[in-house]
Amino acid sequence: MAKPPLNERISKANADLIDKTQSSQAWQSIFRPGSIFRKGYTDSPRNRSYVIMNSVLYHLHPVKVKRHAVKVSYTLCLGGLSFFLFILLTVTGIFLMFFYRPTAAQAWDDIYTLQSSVTFGLLVRNMHRWAAHLMVLSVFLHMARVFYHGAYKAPREFNWVIGVILLMQTLLLSFTGYLLPWDQLALWAVTVGTNMMGFTPVFGDKVRFVLLGGVEIGTDTLLRWYVLHVLLLPFVTVIFMAIHFWRVRKDGGISGPL
Amino acid sequence: MTEIPEHLLKRAQEARERAAKAGDGAEPAAEPEAEAPTSETSAAASKIPAHLLERSKAARDTAGGGGTAVVTAEAPTAPLPAGAAPTPTGPGGHTQRLLTVVKSGSIQDVKSKPVDKVHVWPHLLIVEFVAALAVTAFTLVFSVFVNAPLLELANPNETPNPSKAPWYFLGLQELLTMFHPMVAGVTIPGMALFVLILAPYIDKNPNTSPEKRKFAVSLMTIHLMFWAVLVMIGSFFRGPGQNFVLPWQEGLFFEL
Repeated sequence: MAKPPLNERISKANADLIDKTQSSQAWQSIFRPGSIFRKGYTDSPRNRSYVIMNSVLYHLHPVKVKRHAVKVSYTLCLGGLSFFLFILLTVTGIFLMFFYRPTAAQAWDDIYTLQSSVTFGLLVRNMHRWAAHLMVLSVFLHMARVFYHGAYKAPREFNWVIGVILLMQTLLLSFTGYLLPWDQLALWAVTVGTNMMGFTPVFGDKVRFVLLGGVEIGTDTLLRWYVLHVLLLPFVTVIFMAIHFWRVRKDGGISGPL
Repeated sequence: MTEIPEHLLKRAQEARERAAKAGDGAEPAAEPEAEAPTSETSAAASKIPAHLLERSKAARDTAGGGGTAVVTAEAPTAPLPAGAAPTPTGPGGHTQRLLTVVKSGSIQDVKSKPVDKVHVWPHLLIVEFVAALAVTAFTLVFSVFVNAPLLELANPNETPNPSKAPWYFLGLQELLTMFHPMVAGVTIPGMALFVLILAPYIDKNPNTSPEKRKFAVSLMTIHLMFWAVLVMIGSFFRGPGQNFVLPWQEGLFFEL
């Protein structure tokens, strides 16, 4: 009996392997019903609904949205991109944390070594820096977009308030990160910034003292801002983002067309 | 008169044609059945309530047969007028007739209007995925070609000239040249933030289209432009000693 040609046997073996993998208990436990990786996924309205309903994305998106909500020209994706840049910054930031010690004696050397000796160190630091500036810009533009669409009107008033808080968080995150390379740019930009805050009436000096961890910028400031930058501010930001996204859904999705 | 929806008319038309086709062959068989309801005994056997039967009888008497407003299901006992379409016959030999069409709005209070919606997968997720990919690619390529600044080690004893804050604070730093530091650094940004947070509660205008909220739109635009100009001046037009310089003559004093 003649064997079928080689390419047919390979494609059959391939199909068998995929079938076996997709039927395994492990695979079925990972991909919930409706996942596009499940066995026998077909493009039907039912499965399209399941893709969202049975995945982690259901936290972010409903099964269906208004047709106008997918129009790029309305939102320019600015809110979503701000969130995505936050994720990108978290990923690159974690990478940088492996090579950085927040003390005045070591910080600058660590960054220098990161750039010169660590594989992809320079690239990842660049990405962290530029993504941070981009995020400030996109959050700011997102706010302008929301204003011009009047999207902060009832019932979305409170989500606007949270949005302004998130804008502040973004600026603080960027500003605290600015000090960490401990070069002349970092030191003096932060000096200018904190001097301005020192003019707060009545308790200006105390505000400045708490921010700097002393009367002038030094190694204590570095540690303080490092903890703010990598832990406290991201933590608070994530909480506010969760409320922000939740309110977008609860207030009826993104605002309607003009 | 109530307007009958198109799909119901079509369905009735189809049923009539089907009955006409079947009726040609089945006429003799249907005849005895059609005759049946006239006798009182078989009327009791059929499930039609007595009072309805009576009403229909009265109606038939007044209309002289062939009226369109027959209330119950009943086969015509009088010979059909020439040229009239054969009446469709339902199961059990009863004639089905459309009594009336009640529009949903007249008895139900429909609160929500149907909205034109699309599935998030794939329509929205694809857009988001592409946008995320594009911004990643942009950041990556930009980072390959442009390095983040790393100046010499911080030295508290040597103040660079000029010393500038990060670009998003340069508007505030620019205000420092005009106002007392407390006004520029605390009062103005504090007020701006306060008003910004309260914006949705101050703006009572329910409209969202720009034509109907010209005041809000122009106010915001003026402030944004004012702010952008301040940041631009602070970034590109300030040199040593915070003096005004032209970047194309004396170069840039700006690091990101």
